[in-house]
Amino acid sequence: MSLLKVEGLSKEFGGIHAIEDLSFTINPGTIHSIIGPNGAGKTTLFNLITAVYTPSCGKILFDDKDIAGKKPYELAAMGMSRTFQNLQIFFNMPAIENVMVGHHLHLNRRFLPSFLRLPSVIRKDRECRDYCASLMEFVGLAKYVTADAAQMPYGALKRLEIARALAAKPRLLLLDEPAAGLNATESREIDEVIKKVAQTGVTVVLVEHDMKMVMGISDAILAIDYGRKLAEGTPAEVRANPDVVAAYLGAHA
Amino acid sequence: MFAELLQYLFAGLTSGAIYALAGLGFAIIYNASHVINFAQGEFIMIGGMATSMMVAAGLPLPLAIALAVVVTMMVGVALEKFAIEPARNSDVVTIIIITIGASIFLRGLAQVVWDKEFHSLPAFSGETPINVAGATLMPQSIWVVGISVLVIVALWWFFNRTLFGKAMLATSFNRLAAQLMGIGVKKVLMVSFALSALLGAVGGIVVTPITFTNYEAGIMLGLKGFSAAVLGGLGNGLGAIVGGLVVGIAEALASGYLSSAYKDAVAFVIILFVLFFLPNGLFGKKGTDRV
Amino acid sequence: MWKTARIGGLAALATILALAPLGFPNAYFYDVAVKALFNAVVCVGLNLLIGYAGQISLGHAGFFALGAYGSAILTSTYKVAPLPAMLISAAAVGLLAYLVGRPILKLKGHYLAMATLGIGIIIHIVLKTEARITGGPDGMSVDPFSLMGFTMMGDRMWYWAAAGLLVLTVWLSLNLIDSPVGRALRAVHGSEVGAEVVGVDTSSYKVMVFVVSAVFASLVGSLFAHKDGFITPDIGSFFRSVEFVVMVVLGGMASTFGSVIGAVILTLLPQVLTFVEDYEAMVLGGIMMGMMIFLPKGLLPAVVSQFRKRGAAR
Repeated sequence: MSLLKVEGLSKEFGGIHAIEDLSFTINPGTIHSIIGPNGAGKTTLFNLITAVYTPSCGKILFDDKDIAGKKPYELAAMGMSRTFQNLQIFFNMPAIENVMVGHHLHLNRRFLPSFLRLPSVIRKDRECRDYCASLMEFVGLAKYVTADAAQMPYGALKRLEIARALAAKPRLLLLDEPAAGLNATESREIDEVIKKVAQTGVTVVLVEHDMKMVMGISDAILAIDYGRKLAEGTPAEVRANPDVVAAYLGAHA
Repeated sequence: MFAELLQYLFAGLTSGAIYALAGLGFAIIYNASHVINFAQGEFIMIGGMATSMMVAAGLPLPLAIALAVVVTMMVGVALEKFAIEPARNSDVVTIIIITIGASIFLRGLAQVVWDKEFHSLPAFSGETPINVAGATLMPQSIWVVGISVLVIVALWWFFNRTLFGKAMLATSFNRLAAQLMGIGVKKVLMVSFALSALLGAVGGIVVTPITFTNYEAGIMLGLKGFSAAVLGGLGNGLGAIVGGLVVGIAEALASGYLSSAYKDAVAFVIILFVLFFLPNGLFGKKGTDRV
Repeated sequence: MWKTARIGGLAALATILALAPLGFPNAYFYDVAVKALFNAVVCVGLNLLIGYAGQISLGHAGFFALGAYGSAILTSTYKVAPLPAMLISAAAVGLLAYLVGRPILKLKGHYLAMATLGIGIIIHIVLKTEARITGGPDGMSVDPFSLMGFTMMGDRMWYWAAAGLLVLTVWLSLNLIDSPVGRALRAVHGSEVGAEVVGVDTSSYKVMVFVVSAVFASLVGSLFAHKDGFITPDIGSFFRSVEFVVMVVLGGMASTFGSVIGAVILTLLPQVLTFVEDYEAMVLGGIMMGMMIFLPKGLLPAVVSQFRKRGAAR
């Protein structure tokens, strides 16, 4: 059974096809990478999968359920969570509370108990804080547990988004260019984090620009360009695909 | 029956023209700075008040008009220089409060410099009504609409045919790129306030013979101008003009056929309905947030 | 740390409110103080919407006025007792806020400002025009507040009631902010899409906090009507809505105690400014501009950061 199934997906922006007739499946328990040159439609694809955008046509099935008409928060409740290429950090909040927002689904979400500060709310909140601190440690942010998000460097913010996404306890985690803008050391550290996440049984889909980076950690790779599928398969297969090579040479020449 | 409708349309066009000018004033400043200038209505008030006070003091009308326009533009530039410029990078809410503060300040100033009474101006070319298919048309209404059209055409020429006008438009599309091209963003900002003040002043002057003016006259005019600008889609000049006319005509029809007490509510009812269905106004760009 | 600030702040507020009357030489001071406290309650509610959730409203005086007129009309025309009248009005205002909030809170920035402003103005105009029910621009008188045979009389009694209400409101607000719901609201301010993808139903939270702040305004409006004994539609004017927002921003957005301070200062200001007479509007406008230009973060955050700086230098 596939965890995520995309069928004939298209998205148009004012006549321009950002994604065109794209189909693929993602199996549970794998690390799946989506690669492609700048502007290939990777981020658009993520925005479609997470219902931030609405498809022009095509179908997306998560757990064999059509996600059409669902809101992003409903998908989160179904077990899908993500990070952003352009950070979507809550800069007005402390770092740990950014992660705690990620745990929102597992807390009491009603107004009245919060207003009255019921003991059960306080207790669960305290547990949540501890849990989120451990998540920050897990992604290597132990020293930022008491920091404000606004004071953190870029590389740390990328991990903070991963921690926030993990706090939702997803089964499918989508990472949008987790290594973009990071130096070589930071990139390697993110790799380690992604592997550790996958080991906990979470299915990871990552969008990457840099083909080299994903070769080492991916079980499967989907290469796209101009919103269309170029190639799909194991890292070795994709690397050997002439279209992929051409697209990359073309894009970087 | 038809005469009645025509009568309402005349009234609607007259006030619509003023709302359009005010709406354009909002649009120009919004384009240059993404600021909503809640003191736009006060430009209208100052234009009308200054002219009528100077005429009352014995100045000939054309001279009084010219001076009033200059005074209003100076107020606009001063507002930009001393209140907007220093707060350029603040939140939307902060800047909204600054401009509301400015409008209260200018109202207070008008009340001190002049007074709290209503003032008028003589109609520019007499008060003999013209009969059009059974409806009466005041000559001043023709002045209002005619001068508004003139101003709008001049503005179009400025933005599309002059180098500086084009530069201002460019700034509204991409501030950074404009800066790199050597366009002085500060100067653009200042000119946008001067232009908006000019639009307000002209509107205020031509309408004063019909509606009279006092230190508080700018509040409703300003808010309706804002409705016009939002109705058309913020930052869209043509949208603001259409928005102004829609508001003016709807208001005149509603007060004629429904209830004159609710005349002032019409603009806001329309705007709510439009925003319920078109969150970016009639002609606003339908943006997809980039994430 | 958060916790001590919470309880310490509440205790300090309660102490100040308890001691303040020692400095009140006459009833006039009580009267102004009650106005300030009422405004503070509205602003603490409004701050949840503006300061925490980051959504502007330029129409909250409309909800305040509806609460006031609801109570006035229900108690005088329909002989409903004041407490149920107040609750019925608040429920109706809450329902109205919910119905208009759902479509308009999808709007952003200036469009939301325009829509809320429109709602406030429409309410104001309706109250002015429907003279048969509301008395029109001349206003209407309201009976005193009474509960089970006990009648609220005199500014002194109202002071203690308003002070108690403010402490309660501040307590509720502090609770909410430091809870899953409060975090979600702040997250909406920080990044709507960021909150949405981890499971926060941002649209319904925005509507809920809009409703909550409207209900606060309505409840205070009802109390204000009973206390003053006479209301006019101008309690719902655009200017009053702006005043509420200015109070919130002046004190410091996303600061509950800041809202209280902002409300108190802006209520006292016109009383203090009476000596400038004709220049009052100019001075008020000038202060609004000056404060926002030089202290854009608001008073309380500016003071706090000064203290921090000094603490760090030591």
